[in-house]
Amino acid sequence: MTAQPNPENAPLSALPLDALHRARGARMAPFAGYDMPLQYAAGIVSETLHTRQKAGLFDVSHMGQAILAGAGAARALESLAPADLVGLAPGRTRYTQLLNDKGGILDDLMVTRLPGVEERLLLVVNASRKADDFALIRERLPQFDLLVLNRALIAVQGPRAASVLGALLPGAEDLPFLAWQAFEQGPASVFVSRSGYTGEDGFEISLRPENAEGFVTALLDNGDVGLAGLGARDALRLEAGLPLYGHDLDETTDPVEAGLAWSIGKRRRAEGGFPGFARISAGLRDGPARLRVGLLPMSKAPVREGAMLITPNGEVVGHVTSGGFSPTLQRPIAMGYVARSHAQTGAQLATDLRGTRVQLDVARLPFVAHRYFKPREAA
Amino acid sequence: MTGLRFTKDHEYLRIEGDTAVVGITDFAQQQLGDIVFVDLPKVGKKVTKGSELAVIESVKAASEVYAPVTGEVIEVNAELGEKPALVNESPLDGGWLVKLRVATPDETASLMDEDGYASFLKTL
Repeated sequence: MTAQPNPENAPLSALPLDALHRARGARMAPFAGYDMPLQYAAGIVSETLHTRQKAGLFDVSHMGQAILAGAGAARALESLAPADLVGLAPGRTRYTQLLNDKGGILDDLMVTRLPGVEERLLLVVNASRKADDFALIRERLPQFDLLVLNRALIAVQGPRAASVLGALLPGAEDLPFLAWQAFEQGPASVFVSRSGYTGEDGFEISLRPENAEGFVTALLDNGDVGLAGLGARDALRLEAGLPLYGHDLDETTDPVEAGLAWSIGKRRRAEGGFPGFARISAGLRDGPARLRVGLLPMSKAPVREGAMLITPNGEVVGHVTSGGFSPTLQRPIAMGYVARSHAQTGAQLATDLRGTRVQLDVARLPFVAHRYFKPREAA
Repeated sequence: MTGLRFTKDHEYLRIEGDTAVVGITDFAQQQLGDIVFVDLPKVGKKVTKGSELAVIESVKAASEVYAPVTGEVIEVNAELGEKPALVNESPLDGGWLVKLRVATPDETASLMDEDGYASFLKTL
């Protein structure tokens, strides 16, 4: 049997909740410089299903959190990212990307306009990219303060997430999707955002590291809550059709071909003023040359990242960027980039899997429908 | 004495007459987590010690299983086609992978016995 890969030899940082994870049976693995819980005793399949049925609790404290502060910060950040950040109302969160000069994605991130008179943006970025992101922002926007936060970050995801969190933080269950609020818990402030990365309704909760264990233990006292690791997180986000930086997104992909054009505001499409505007604008107008699509392998074996996608004539027209087994659908699923000529739903492609040809059908994303919390509109 | 032999790659081999039943250990199945597919060789395939014998797909990754000894595949566990999770549930019994006709019985001598494997696991 192949030894478990351990590509990172550098010393690993420990999460604030490292001891709790180990005490509760986590199998730890290196990820983005951290020793992270990959799975617990229940295993990836059951952690994934528990999240879809009740509530999964994920420690995502490895991600980067920072506040960009100063009058004009939103306008300035628009010079690096294509979302409408100026139009972001206080207490609201938006998804966007940091772009290089060619419109390639340097990272994807969540931006929240914090309430209050002072203009402050809370940024949550990927662990693997945080050092580069923060260096870029400091270099390109030197007139603003960038305060990197040392806080734990916990995600509670699933249909029971709202009732579970509301029992600890009354009022949290009423937050709309992509809204943010600070709750006072004793002397400390707990930041709650109704967001996540599983396709389920849920929350991301940022709190001081010394308060994390008590808070998480209180959540876990609720029988609906089960710990879930990075393995389940990856399965859930793939089922939900959500791209992962370093796999489905990188510096060569732009937001339009990545299927993220929805995150580029109307004003920004017209005005531009972000890196790579020429390429992105052309992609919006004419359609990109390639597209991120869902793929359903017609096999029992999963088709993994890196597999080449070929037409019946043998022409290579794309590749798989994420692939695995869906615990919810009990079958292999994948995502990848495909030339637009072959990107329509139902198109039949193939790949070679250990010498056997496997058919993959282009499929609509997501594989598992999103269930974000959208309060009913007033009649 | 169970007649089990083990490799450092966490395969086991159980001698039954002139054949050997090959699978992965309980430690290995725990490391892999939920197993969703097992790619088994064809009957008749000849393998040399250390060459690829099968591929086990867990939710998260594909892992190769290496032949613990040189030989010929004379039977594969067809039940794994429908129930790959047997490898998780019962790695040493219902979750066996293949039966080999052992070509050079001397090779088994170099493999660890149960006590040796238990000691080896403690070093990991």
